[in-house]
Amino acid sequence: MALEPKKHEMPTQEPEVRAHNFKEVALGYTEEIALAEAARCINCKNRPCVSGCPVNVHIPEFISKIKAGDYEGAYQEISLSSALPAVCGRVCPQETQCESKCTMGIRFEPVGIGRLERFVADYHNANSKVAPVAPESNGHRVAIVGSGPSGLTCAGDLAKLGYKVTVFEALHTAGGVLVYGIPEFRLPKAIVAKEVDTLKALGVEIATNVVIGRTLTIDELFEEGYEAVFVGSGAGLPNFMNIPGEAYKGVYSANEFLTRSNLMKAYLDDPVTPIMKGGKVAVVGGGNVAMDAARTALRLGAEKVYIVYRRSMDELPARKEEVEHAMEEGIDFQLLTNPVEILGYDNPEDRRDPKNGFVTGIKCIKMELGEPDANGRRRPVAVPNSEFALDVDAVVMSIGTSPNPLIKSTTEGLEVNSHGGIIVNEAGLTSRANVYAGGDAVTGAATVISAMGAGKVAAKAIHEALSAK
Amino acid sequence: MYKVVRKKVLNPTVTQMEILAPLVAKKAKPGQFIILRVNEEGERIPLTVAGTNPEEGTVKIIFQIVGGTTELLNHVNEGESITDFVGPLGVPTHISGKKKVCVVGGGVGCAIAMPIAQALHAQGTHVTSIIGFRSKDIVILEDEFKACSDVLHVMTDDGSYARQGNVCVPLNEMLSAGETFDEIITIGPLIMMKFVVAAAKPYNVPVTASMNPIMIDGTGMCGGCRLTLNVDGKKVTKFACVDGPDFNGYEIDFDEAMSRGRMYSDFERHAHEKVCNLFKKEAK
Repeated sequence: MALEPKKHEMPTQEPEVRAHNFKEVALGYTEEIALAEAARCINCKNRPCVSGCPVNVHIPEFISKIKAGDYEGAYQEISLSSALPAVCGRVCPQETQCESKCTMGIRFEPVGIGRLERFVADYHNANSKVAPVAPESNGHRVAIVGSGPSGLTCAGDLAKLGYKVTVFEALHTAGGVLVYGIPEFRLPKAIVAKEVDTLKALGVEIATNVVIGRTLTIDELFEEGYEAVFVGSGAGLPNFMNIPGEAYKGVYSANEFLTRSNLMKAYLDDPVTPIMKGGKVAVVGGGNVAMDAARTALRLGAEKVYIVYRRSMDELPARKEEVEHAMEEGIDFQLLTNPVEILGYDNPEDRRDPKNGFVTGIKCIKMELGEPDANGRRRPVAVPNSEFALDVDAVVMSIGTSPNPLIKSTTEGLEVNSHGGIIVNEAGLTSRANVYAGGDAVTGAATVISAMGAGKVAAKAIHEALSAK
Repeated sequence: MYKVVRKKVLNPTVTQMEILAPLVAKKAKPGQFIILRVNEEGERIPLTVAGTNPEEGTVKIIFQIVGGTTELLNHVNEGESITDFVGPLGVPTHISGKKKVCVVGGGVGCAIAMPIAQALHAQGTHVTSIIGFRSKDIVILEDEFKACSDVLHVMTDDGSYARQGNVCVPLNEMLSAGETFDEIITIGPLIMMKFVVAAAKPYNVPVTASMNPIMIDGTGMCGGCRLTLNVDGKKVTKFACVDGPDFNGYEIDFDEAMSRGRMYSDFERHAHEKVCNLFKKEAK
């Protein structure tokens, strides 16, 4: 049988339809497509895909099980390495990880590993009747700070080994960025809730409404009998550009905009939490978060949404599929463009004019790519006298975050780097004994899967340290 | 779930509740705040801690009914529970080492000023309190302030109770008569705090203002609570939830904060009406 040169396409909602709803965009492979796609895996000897995965999922093995029609077996194979298959199959940047290493990709398109992972996880969630069982307790207690991807992974791995794990979450719902950040149309919240329920069934306790560093400190966790602490508190304070006009009403950080819509359900017709809907929106930045914000704005009813990014298409850091989806939905990409000022309404005649202080536009300057910087990325340089303005009603700043100072400032002896990220060794251990850390709190804004990788590494190190006691 | 242990109506639009939240009660200090949600679908709103009882495990909050969520909260009765209650958030007010302080509270801001005045009083600070209200029927906490203040001025805008005028009237009188303070701590409407700063400026008295901007998470994630400080001629963005809520009054851009505070005022009015209508329907 000749090999199909191309990856099987993912069935999706039509762009015109999905641009007006919050339902999931990608619909998932059918069994038939999954079998056909699995057949594209040549089961090569050197298995480069596995090394491309931050948690080293046994990719050829799980695909072999799909080929054999053993979907539950495929799920169990993935579960050996990943705590959140249904999440990773949806949000991992496979094109720069497993799929970038695929042998098929040398001559053809790589195998759609992420899509197959998602198929397997969705099959399991729909069909599995086997409830996870909490293993016998080994008597050791571990505290996890934050219920995002790194914390949930660390918790899951430790719970499976018999540890009594408590996850402390500052917000009212578990999931971290998976619930406040990534929108429903990319990662349905029911999937996150299901993963959290699985952890609970394994005996993990989730304590919401506890802010470590305020409600309890890390030292107090040790006093309460926890023997190790994993800090997966995520990225923190949103960055702004420090250009004039960022205080105008209608300027949001992506974190705020997405939290209002996702966690607080401001997308509902008659919401309890307000958000600006409709009008024209400019989203500044080119990462996954920027794509999420732009597409959320569109679904909230915006008539026009711009992505304003200072580099070119080739440098866009967002996952390829998200950029394609955004373009299909009609997001207007203003590339090689950088904001210099946000414009606002000001009626000097009437200080009480209710329109005063609201955003009216964004002034930008054209950029061109100059010499490569220290990281080899070509630095954008402003083109003189190329300023122009876009009429917009809201601006969403999606240009990264800086670590939250809360835990550092309340934990003596916890060292951080010049960016504020917690310093860890290769096992995830911080400068404080028995305190481990991982995810964005260490690296700054990165991916779900790298955070999961860090949670896994720390869980292994915690297990080694505590079982040696 | 967090149980409402006691509830007291302070005036027609201001209610006091004591809520069972032992971890928060153990930690909260004057100047800090909490965030609550009334029910599973609810909005997150920040409220400043008005007092704690660590033995009982309760936290006192005082709130004014302004929007849908505060209206909903006001309908929760003693013995009933609210869904979420997280804190303490923010940095406590710095009070140690201060010998003589003037506390200036306005309206429901007095609820926040009260625990600060009490803590100052408890550490032996000479406390002058000025509390101001629009009119007689909304005066709150007068007895509490009497108990912790060496000097107390009660003001009403319309003169329907105590002395007529705003809080700056006695403040100006004292300062111009040569009275000195280590610090003025002010909590209330933004416009009032702006004028308190202006009144203190000629006398170089340090002013700390407690800010209460729009917030969602309260832990430094969303940035909605940002405000601009003018520090030595440079504009600096700060987050009220992790850097505040207290800031140097001379540095705060009050006009910007006032403008940002009105971002959702139409929405809030509508939400309040909606909740009121719901309760009216239920009553029928």
